[in-house]
Amino acid sequence: MEINLEEAFQKRIDEEIKIEPRDWMPEKYRKTLLRQISQHAHSEIVGMLPEGNWITRAPNLRRKVALLAKVQDEAGHGLYLYSAAETLGMTRDEMLAELHSGKAKYSSIFNYPTLTWADMGAIGWLVDGAAIMNQVPLCRASYGPYARAMVRVCKEESFHQRQGYEIMLTLCQGTPEQKAMAQDALNRWWWPSMMMFGPNDDNSPNSAQSTKWKIKRFSNDELRQKFVDVSVPQAEILGITIPDADLKWNEARGHYDFGVINWDEFNQVVAGNGPCNKQRLKARVDAWENGAWVREAAVAYAEKREKRKQNTENTNAA
Amino acid sequence: MADKDLLYNYTLHLADNSMILGQRCGEWCGHGPVLEQDIALTNIALDLIGEARSLYQLAASLKGGTATEDTVAFLRDVLAYRNVLLVEQPNTDWAYTIVRQFFYDVFHFYLHSELMNSSEERLKNIATKTIKEVTYHLKWSSEWMIRLGDGTDLSREKMQDAVNGLWEFTGELFMSSAIEQKAFEAGFAPDLNILKPLWQEKVEDVLAESTLFIPEKNYQQKGGKTGVHSEHMGFILADMQFLQRAYPGANW
Ligand SMILES: [Fe+2]
Ligand SMILES: [Fe+2]
Repeated sequence: MEINLEEAFQKRIDEEIKIEPRDWMPEKYRKTLLRQISQHAHSEIVGMLPEGNWITRAPNLRRKVALLAKVQDEAGHGLYLYSAAETLGMTRDEMLAELHSGKAKYSSIFNYPTLTWADMGAIGWLVDGAAIMNQVPLCRASYGPYARAMVRVCKEESFHQRQGYEIMLTLCQGTPEQKAMAQDALNRWWWPSMMMFGPNDDNSPNSAQSTKWKIKRFSNDELRQKFVDVSVPQAEILGITIPDADLKWNEARGHYDFGVINWDEFNQVVAGNGPCNKQRLKARVDAWENGAWVREAAVAYAEKREKRKQNTENTNAA
Repeated sequence: MADKDLLYNYTLHLADNSMILGQRCGEWCGHGPVLEQDIALTNIALDLIGEARSLYQLAASLKGGTATEDTVAFLRDVLAYRNVLLVEQPNTDWAYTIVRQFFYDVFHFYLHSELMNSSEERLKNIATKTIKEVTYHLKWSSEWMIRLGDGTDLSREKMQDAVNGLWEFTGELFMSSAIEQKAFEAGFAPDLNILKPLWQEKVEDVLAESTLFIPEKNYQQKGGKTGVHSEHMGFILADMQFLQRAYPGANW
């Protein structure tokens, strides 16, 4: 019986019919998705922190408003994704508990510090840019709630990407100091952005199953290549240099060749040793703990109000 | 048309209040007690800074020359900011943030209700747009006052503490500066004496529903409107102005 269910499930996937929350699904499919979606949701809200810390320092009013709106969008993405993940049988609070305990991961990129205003440009351009590469295929993911959440997310991410690139462009057309700021940001954010696509294909054990389930449509290395191919001409327009001595056009492949990623650094950051891991997690835990009395009071008030309403109704009925 | 200098200075009173409170609300972004409220408070920050921008643009056009919304917003020193002490008070916690917001929202609401009838067309237009936003802010902060005041013992204690702590900054809202007095006499700004009882009544209503009390100690601080700010203001400006000061004249 189990085998037939699984066969029918795979058949639906092969026919590109979306899986919905009430449909039967293999336990491993559910777990894989839950891990991926909750991790994605955590990345959105932890990702608010490095940019959020520039809101009070944004250089002019237009940029301040745009940055506020952008960071707010990321909170919205977190909301959509937590909701999608909840359909798989875990509450938002349970997911957050796993984030706070360190059990759940989030994208390593957010464990790097934002040092200058140019980082707001580089993050939008490269980090949101890499996120889009990863996420556009997820709009067709086999799980319905995830795919639909990603459609909304992707629209906003591409806006963020353009906004970030525009910050870079303004800096690169500005004073020599501003241009140097832009170059420095590219230097610091390039390689961590490249790491956002995950380990090389020959080192990515879960990819085959995810591909079969149509949670994953392109391999890590395919997406990374696409990111490089798109980013190189963009950097040329800016007039700044991608920090990779091995970067060159390969006529035969029709792609850019690029250097080897420092996976040691990647693994260290994943293991909690990045420059801001502790600080980011602490910020999330503090927000949660400092907000506990607020959440408790909101629940207590709602209960009181409900009780009063019932009392009034009873009185009226009597 | 109103005297240019007077209108410019009066506009700064309005703009600086919303700017500085927007800056404070923006500090919460990413740190709210629950995701939905993080988003809601950021919305308020966006509205406040949006309103400030309209006002700074008006101020810049009155000043003329090379003035822009940004030169007016960023390039004054602390003594030239005209905002009240209330809006520069630190976030402290969610209770202080809500109470500060509520006290200001009530004022902001009645102020713009009056400014919608201003003889100065440009203020009138800004007020007409702002009132819709402020109506929502006031609803939001009133609901949180009630929810937390009448929530748990702990939340009531924290809210009462915030009311006690911020009460001394509410009086200044209604102490007319020389500029506000002249603007009233010129006929384009409301009489703050008329706003005060409206504010008082609304605040008393919501506090009563929140099971909170107005503190007995009623000494009122003042100074913000004439540039004599709290020590907090310098730090707000240090953040806000950092890039404008470090790279004078740069384009961003
Ligand atoms: Fe996002
Ligand atoms: Fe984004």
